Amino acid sequence: MTDSIQDAVIRIIAEQAVVERSDVSLDQTLADLGIDSLGLVESIFAIEETFDIEVPFNANDPSESDFDISSVAAIIAAVRRLVADQKPG
Amino acid sequence: MKRVVITGAGTINALGHSVPATLEAMREGRCGIGPLAFRDVERLSIRIGGQVLGYDPETEFNRQQIALYDRFTQFTLLAAREAVAQSGLEFHGELSARAGVVLGTAGGGVQTWDENYRAVYEEGKNRVHPFVVPKLMNNAAASHVSMEYNLKGPSFTVATACASSNHAMGQAFTMVRSGMAEVMVTGGSESMLCFGGVKAWEGLRVMSKDACRPFSLGRNGMVQGEGAGIFVFEDMDHARARGAEMLAEVVGFAMTSDASDIVMPSKQGAARAIAGAMRDAGVNREDVGYINAHGTGTAANDKTECAAVADVFGPHANDLMISSTKSMHGHLIGGTGAVELLACIMALRDGVIAPTIGYEEPDPECALDVVPNVARDADVQVVLSNAFAFGGLNAVLALKKI
Repeated sequence: MTDSIQDAVIRIIAEQAVVERSDVSLDQTLADLGIDSLGLVESIFAIEETFDIEVPFNANDPSESDFDISSVAAIIAAVRRLVADQKPG
Repeated sequence: MKRVVITGAGTINALGHSVPATLEAMREGRCGIGPLAFRDVERLSIRIGGQVLGYDPETEFNRQQIALYDRFTQFTLLAAREAVAQSGLEFHGELSARAGVVLGTAGGGVQTWDENYRAVYEEGKNRVHPFVVPKLMNNAAASHVSMEYNLKGPSFTVATACASSNHAMGQAFTMVRSGMAEVMVTGGSESMLCFGGVKAWEGLRVMSKDACRPFSLGRNGMVQGEGAGIFVFEDMDHARARGAEMLAEVVGFAMTSDASDIVMPSKQGAARAIAGAMRDAGVNREDVGYINAHGTGTAANDKTECAAVADVFGPHANDLMISSTKSMHGHLIGGTGAVELLACIMALRDGVIAPTIGYEEPDPECALDVVPNVARDADVQVVLSNAFAFGGLNAVLALKKI
């Protein structure tokens, strides 16, 4: 389960950055990958759809949102938490 | 070239159902934003807006009219009624042929789309009302105004997202100035406060869940409003000859395109539009006492707009006032410039500058006099009204005291 969350997030980010999945590393930032603000909003939408979760994110101040987007690893960790917290039942 | 004056104004929006009620609310710094009330609102994550409350279409229009008028058209007709009545104009013969209507709206009959998609997709109905098309089309409001007042000259609708009204009023201004028309009814209207309308905006993640706080540190996005603002633009000689009351003179207009990004604003594009409007008006930057800001309350718009104003005005940027009334009536999208022009007229005529309410803390990236929270008395001679749309389309109007 843990690995599948990581794989799915990397797949979404790689698709948005138009790179191979193998070229996405955990310590990279979205800026490193060339993902801009629109790309970020689209990635979050894809994450919500894939995992059926609500991601708390406001584009006006990404750093103030509860969702940490500072690196690929941070995003994976945040998604993992949201999936655990929002598990039905 | 002709000089152009405003001889009538009308509105309905979250602050009031008339110009006097709206200006009173602006003077008092009242907030028209509150919990949204419409079907399926519980399925939205954004549940606030500047909704027009206490309005019953059936007291204003008959059943046949309501079958043809989307809410954005209803708002337009109510605001036009007030504006044309104030102007005292009646359109017959030659004047009728030399008068037109150009309006702005971004979405047109969004409520009609919403209701009828729901009927066929969600409720599984296989039939819709015969007037769905004439009700939802973007030019429906302009056409109904032309029919109501017998306006037979140039008439059309402009759609440039959040700058629609300013682009429309700019067209009306240049038409009267050039002599193409004697009188133009102009302004704009929007009504997308319905489930589908707000859901679409929600997706962009730029909306605030609690308040619209333009220029304030910690602002967290825009809040949508609805309503209309309508004006009568008239050749000054014509207005003077009939002894009409003139509310303000329209002296300049400019429009630019950023040609860069579909949602992110550009300082250069905004600055070129502001400078262009002053050049067109033949005014110096020191003449400008007040700017009605686009001021959406998003992080990106407000800092870009302040940087553009600082660039254009240099040291004078610190002497002028700039406020965003969206903090009170919300962002009326395609109708917003029209309702905001009322704040410009109030500044020139009454010497009252509408405040930016909800202001909490200064943002170093918005270090201008934003008239925080409380209206201010000031004698201003020239004012600007900014509108910077998604798609990078900018339109700025310049008005002068009579």
